[in-house]
Amino acid sequence: MIYVPALSKKSETFNIWMKVDNSVFKKVVKHLAKLQYPHLAVTSGNDLGKVIELIYHFTIYYEDHLGEITINISVDLPKSKPEIESICDIIPGALVTEREKMEFLGVNIKGIPDDRRLFVPDDIPKDIYPWRRDEKGPEKLYKNLHEVKK
Amino acid sequence: MKQKSTTKTSYHIPIGPIHPALKEPVYFEFEIDGEKIVGVDVKLGHVHRGVEWASRKRNPIQILYLAERICGICSYCHPAAFTLAIERIADIQVPERAEYLRVIQGELERICSHILWAGVAAHEIGFDTVLYLTWQIRERALDLTEFLTGNRVTKGIMMIGGIRRDITSDMIPRIQKDLQYFKDNFETLRHIFLDDKTVKMRSQAAGVLTKDDAIKLCAVGPTARASGVKKDVRFSESYFAYGDLDIDLITPDVLTGEVNGDVYDRIIQRLLEVKQSIEIMEQVLDKMPSGEILAEPKIPKLLAQLKKANGEAVGRHEAPRGEVIHYVKLDGNQNPYTWKVRAPTYNNILPWIPMLKGEQIADIPIVAASTDPCMSCTNRITIVKGSERYNLDREELHRLSIEKTRRLLR
Repeated sequence: MIYVPALSKKSETFNIWMKVDNSVFKKVVKHLAKLQYPHLAVTSGNDLGKVIELIYHFTIYYEDHLGEITINISVDLPKSKPEIESICDIIPGALVTEREKMEFLGVNIKGIPDDRRLFVPDDIPKDIYPWRRDEKGPEKLYKNLHEVKK
Repeated sequence: MKQKSTTKTSYHIPIGPIHPALKEPVYFEFEIDGEKIVGVDVKLGHVHRGVEWASRKRNPIQILYLAERICGICSYCHPAAFTLAIERIADIQVPERAEYLRVIQGELERICSHILWAGVAAHEIGFDTVLYLTWQIRERALDLTEFLTGNRVTKGIMMIGGIRRDITSDMIPRIQKDLQYFKDNFETLRHIFLDDKTVKMRSQAAGVLTKDDAIKLCAVGPTARASGVKKDVRFSESYFAYGDLDIDLITPDVLTGEVNGDVYDRIIQRLLEVKQSIEIMEQVLDKMPSGEILAEPKIPKLLAQLKKANGEAVGRHEAPRGEVIHYVKLDGNQNPYTWKVRAPTYNNILPWIPMLKGEQIADIPIVAASTDPCMSCTNRITIVKGSERYNLDREELHRLSIEKTRRLLR
């Protein structure tokens, strides 16, 4: 865990960054929900070459004056089998961000109630994931203006 | 779009996707039983422009101006959240005066946005005189924005490590005069929206979002607060100068003593927030210290410093519509490795579903508008009823809405 103090002088704000293993990820979220039902801000994702990293940005204690804590839980998924369990049964509001991760990073989210595309248009091929940096990335779809014939 | 099986009594109306020039296009599919909405499906992404992907080819300072163009109304809060994240990674200490100036810009944007919304909401229920009144007030707010930043919409005011323009002492009387103007007109607006019988009839008990749903569906901003969720980044996190100011967390029960989570509460919530923003701006003008406004005025030097930075961070800012959060990862190259933007409407999509279920078609405009998205989505509607197919455009839907107001008045 790394604590990053914020800049304002009056009060320190804490961001907690932690890395958890995929096998215990769902348990961590369940436990967090027992501590205080968290607000899931968003899930962000990185293609780090061999693994895909998902970072779930939760916030808790937001009702306290200057006492909110951001908990950033990161999970590494191997590219050979990028699978993670859906947390929609604990936090139904995770649906939008989970669907986004499926279509943008090609992560398979097990048990998601709705697996249709959300942002990516239907005419983009099924095996192209715009945020990937490998052969499944969007490079094939680029059209350079100088190469387009009239 | 997956077609759901329909019974004889229900039919589907698709709403959207919209006019490409408008800010937040969205596609709704409503399952309708008579006049009543029984099912809602939402599809997004019609203007997904790959902004995050475009950032891979830009340095952090270029991204500031890209971020500004994500949304026309929130053209301050996206660069703000991005800057906060970058400053955390590179450990840049922002001068105290700049932190206060940033609050002024943030609150001015909130006034512009909420007053614009009040006009749109009035228009949706057929109250166009109020639209003109509110937008007249908004014009003053935009003039003030232009006076402070040089631009009306894309302000170009944010800079990593500070802010680009100072407020000198000769500018303060003009700001105070405008704030007084907002205060004087606030009472008129409050009277129109909160005491008017028609507005009450159309908005009370319409589009209810319970506190439980708001928490579970991760709603943010005025939408969440109007349902009684005490969530406001300005209150719960110390960023910019907000930690040094007196800020109360407002929910509609401050005025009415109870929280219903309906459209009426969302109107109250935004009006109270306009008042709060005026007060915050006054506080800032009182307390603002003197000093520098930029940590590093030389841009090439700043870029060199950012090039060395390594790490990841999130920046959060309370935008007019709710919390905006940016995740940035820098890896020692000139351009960021990852930049993830989450605008507040992203989280306020799912709450639409419980709000709209059980309402009438005529309530779609005002209920959908009550979370303050872009109502551009109502531009084009096709009703398919059996083999019959006819178009219901924005004007027609608007007419239905006005008719309901008239009906209630009778």
